[in-house]
Amino acid sequence: MIRTLAISGLAAASLFGGAGAANAQSGELVFYCAADEGICRLLSESFQRETGINVLMTRKSSGETYAQLKAEEGQPRGDVWWGGTGDPHLQAAQEGLTSVYQSPMLEELQDWAVRQAETADYRTVGVYAGALGFGYNADLIDPASPDAPKCWADLLNEAYRDEIQVANPNSSGTAYTLLATLVQIMGEDEAFEYLAALDDNISQYTSSGSAPIRAAGTGESSIGIVFMHDAVAQAVQGSPIQTVAPCEGTGYEVGSMSLIEGGPNPENARIFYDWVLTPEAQELGAQANSFQVPSNVNAQTPPESPNLDEIELIDYDFALYGSSDERARLLARWDSEIGAR
Amino acid sequence: MSRIIAGLNRLGGLWLLLGLAAVLIAPWYKLTPPDTGAGSSILGSALTEISAQRYWLLPPVLAMLAFAGLRVKSGQRWQAHVAVPWIAGAAALLFLMQAFGIGLNGPILGAIGQAFPAAALGQPGLGPGGFVFAVAITGILADALAARGFCRGERFAANAVVFVVALLTLFVLFPILRLGSTALFTPEGVFQPGVFITRLIAPDLWGLGCLYGQPRCGVVINTLILGILSGVLSTLLGLALALLVARTNFRFKGALRAISILPIITPPFVVGVAIIVLFGRTGVVTGWLEFLFDMPRTRWVYGLPGILLAQVLAFAPITFLVLLGTIEAINPTLEEASKTLGAKPLDTFRTVTWPLLRPGIAAAFLLAFIESLADFGNPIVLGGGYDVLSIRIFFAVVGARYDLGNAAVLSIILLSLTLGAFWLQTRWLGRKSYVTITGKSDAGLSAPLPGPLKAAAYAAVMPWVIFTLGVYAIVLIGGIVNDVGRWDLTPTLRHLATAFSFEIGENGLQFYGSAWDSLQTTLLVSAIAAPLTTAIGILTAWLISRQDFAGKGSFEFGTMLSFAIPGTVVGVAYVAAFNVPPVDITGTMTILVICFMFRNMPVGMRAGLAALSQIDRSMEEASQTMGANGFLTLRTVVLPLIRPAIFTSMVYAFVTAMTAVSAVIFLVSARHNMATAYIMGRVENGEYALAIAYSAVLMVIMIACIALIQLFIGKRQLGRRTDLQTLR
Repeated sequence: MIRTLAISGLAAASLFGGAGAANAQSGELVFYCAADEGICRLLSESFQRETGINVLMTRKSSGETYAQLKAEEGQPRGDVWWGGTGDPHLQAAQEGLTSVYQSPMLEELQDWAVRQAETADYRTVGVYAGALGFGYNADLIDPASPDAPKCWADLLNEAYRDEIQVANPNSSGTAYTLLATLVQIMGEDEAFEYLAALDDNISQYTSSGSAPIRAAGTGESSIGIVFMHDAVAQAVQGSPIQTVAPCEGTGYEVGSMSLIEGGPNPENARIFYDWVLTPEAQELGAQANSFQVPSNVNAQTPPESPNLDEIELIDYDFALYGSSDERARLLARWDSEIGAR
Repeated sequence: MSRIIAGLNRLGGLWLLLGLAAVLIAPWYKLTPPDTGAGSSILGSALTEISAQRYWLLPPVLAMLAFAGLRVKSGQRWQAHVAVPWIAGAAALLFLMQAFGIGLNGPILGAIGQAFPAAALGQPGLGPGGFVFAVAITGILADALAARGFCRGERFAANAVVFVVALLTLFVLFPILRLGSTALFTPEGVFQPGVFITRLIAPDLWGLGCLYGQPRCGVVINTLILGILSGVLSTLLGLALALLVARTNFRFKGALRAISILPIITPPFVVGVAIIVLFGRTGVVTGWLEFLFDMPRTRWVYGLPGILLAQVLAFAPITFLVLLGTIEAINPTLEEASKTLGAKPLDTFRTVTWPLLRPGIAAAFLLAFIESLADFGNPIVLGGGYDVLSIRIFFAVVGARYDLGNAAVLSIILLSLTLGAFWLQTRWLGRKSYVTITGKSDAGLSAPLPGPLKAAAYAAVMPWVIFTLGVYAIVLIGGIVNDVGRWDLTPTLRHLATAFSFEIGENGLQFYGSAWDSLQTTLLVSAIAAPLTTAIGILTAWLISRQDFAGKGSFEFGTMLSFAIPGTVVGVAYVAAFNVPPVDITGTMTILVICFMFRNMPVGMRAGLAALSQIDRSMEEASQTMGANGFLTLRTVVLPLIRPAIFTSMVYAFVTAMTAVSAVIFLVSARHNMATAYIMGRVENGEYALAIAYSAVLMVIMIACIALIQLFIGKRQLGRRTDLQTLR
């Protein structure tokens, strides 16, 4: 026992002594990645191979990354934050957690990506886009039948009682995008009436944004309301998932990237920033089952991706619906009218 | 060993030597501080930093030099000098004031800047010198207190108390207070104490609707219902298991012990996923039931029933370990006496065994209850619409609306629930004596379990065994088939290859799999954390049950705090508290180890307390009468007697460190990633097979490690016969 204590004491002492070694040195990049593990890993490896800069990647969800940035405000540890819905990026920009940078690559980007940058005074930029939609299990709902759902309105069909899943907008950016999208398509009161009617068919409000499509994939439910690229990814992995772009039109997310203010390696962060906006880097997504639409006009969109040209996209007001006040108001109304039902 | 200690004492004691080294030689800061332009500091120690105009480092240096002077003047018992506690106290206070007063980018108060112009440049976090000084000054303070009669003048005990208190203050109280203060701020960061009340009485917290027919209750009520049900069921099941193993001739004891270990070593999410595969609407068992009995497919498993199922499966083994320790420690002579006096087996159980089990039962229930409140993995996978506090807190921090203040309020509620349970436990146990291990003769045979109880125990344990085997069959095959979720059972090794591929090539062994890094870190962190956690937990238990000192009540309360706080909150609080100087350790392995140490020490402490409450003090008194000091008594008398508690604590600490998730999400970094964070990412992404494959590998490793711990610690030898009495 004594020996154990002595050994662990020594171990503890060496830990304290070694604490200094964990600070990033030059030739490194601390990369906070908020998309899924596959693409995060592929980006880090490719960048490291290309530039020789050692990438230290941490993968977390968007909300977790934002919370991490807030917690580390006094002494930021990360350099660049890539991926995840645009809203937390905009919020971080508003609070000055991220820094201004106008990349020379901006000219090559799609309009929506540049608009995202302008909204945040160039503290963030769009790296990919994904439209909202839903996916259904083709074993449970026959895609050939005329009753197969094609529109938001079809989801109110009584046949789908307890068969639909969507995330809770309080916990998931995906579900908040749905809320904001419906408000923009239908008008606020009508959107809440729709959500109340939809509530009868919802079996569960999940916590994670992409969980509903997994449930649909395994047959635990029939329909999941998610970003379409998540539905496509499920289908590519072998689930009987049919992806639908709703006929009334739909909203979309602009996956974003920001440089972290006061990060340890600002120069390497800018190198990464420029690199990740090149067509070559953006085309890596398809290899990692990430089927979002890249923001560089010269990058090939993966053939499996939902084609944004064929989807009726609404003119999503990111500045309004990304602001904290509007978000708090809509979520409070959702809580009292839908969540409390 | 004793010669070394005597030698150290001649030189003024270990603490003085360490302190002098810390201020004179060791680098004070973790990084080279900004150049003040007034002479370079060669060593970077406190002394040379003073020459670089960092005059606020004078008190530590002066204090150590003063102590050295006292040693020369007053001799070996210099700590008894009346000035020592005052100097040590003042030095410690000034040390803390400068450490927190001058931040990374300069002083927090203008006045400090005027007094010390060099402070405007700021100072980095403490390095070896700074930390060792902190240790040394704490030790000297403890020695000085002991010399003035604290802990009856027992130096070892005084040091132990002071150090544990200092550590708890730094690593439990400080982060909690830091986070707790956010409860008074609005999400926009405006100070507004009223929001605390608004948040506290929010109707979605306390609604009782579900008790009279409405669809749902408030989240606090939900949490309580789940916690109590889970605690009661787990304790009963754990008791049945423990009785079967300890008090019957049940043939498959070894197998039962082995199975019962499984849930403890299961990484989070996996059980939830396996339960869905078995009982979900498209689950295997659901399919059979529909086929055989025409039972409709439903989603009953999402919500309270599912979480409860997963929790009882997971916590019964913990209660089992606690209760087994208690049962084995009951002195058989008592039961033998009862039998000799003519009591029926059932009466003996009711009037002798059961009352003696009470500390164990209470400890087991409390553990399961608290575990249930803190559980994060099961509710998030199986929760459905059933909202519990741990999930609500998690999403208050990482959800679409970042609201740390609300998370803090919810955490305070969760904390109160846990402490309430703790208080009830102490009340229920009262002040009765549960001592059964004494120095006296101990030669009886344990009473076998009475017939009806045995039947009940079998009836409880068998379904659990079948269920556990089913779940783990899924876990076992899940990693080596194509997609267990869709019941595609084509065998494949690709999941294992993704995670753990390696090649032996020209450069020797090369690891390519994506999981190697996190696996190495996880093993290292757990291996370091387990003995440290056990040491501090058992030491604390010994202090509480065997030492009398002022403030013992609040001391005990303080130890429970970190365990009671949900992991997510601990994680955020740690980042907020330890990301900036003086204790600047975010992103290191140290913070992971420390987090685990203080989160899990209460388990070792509870186990230790339960074990110690059964051991008569007279043996320790005998040891001390014969001249052994506190440390020697602890080492040679107490520790061997509470080996089961040490084993429990060690296993628990190791396994929790391997499987904890909510606390480490914010503490992992690119360099030090943990297995569970990796698994969580995979589950979030729907890659169940990879998550399950990794989990299975982790479990194999944990089994090996537990066997190793068992070998190392072994069983307590009480010199009892192991047979049971024969029933006549």
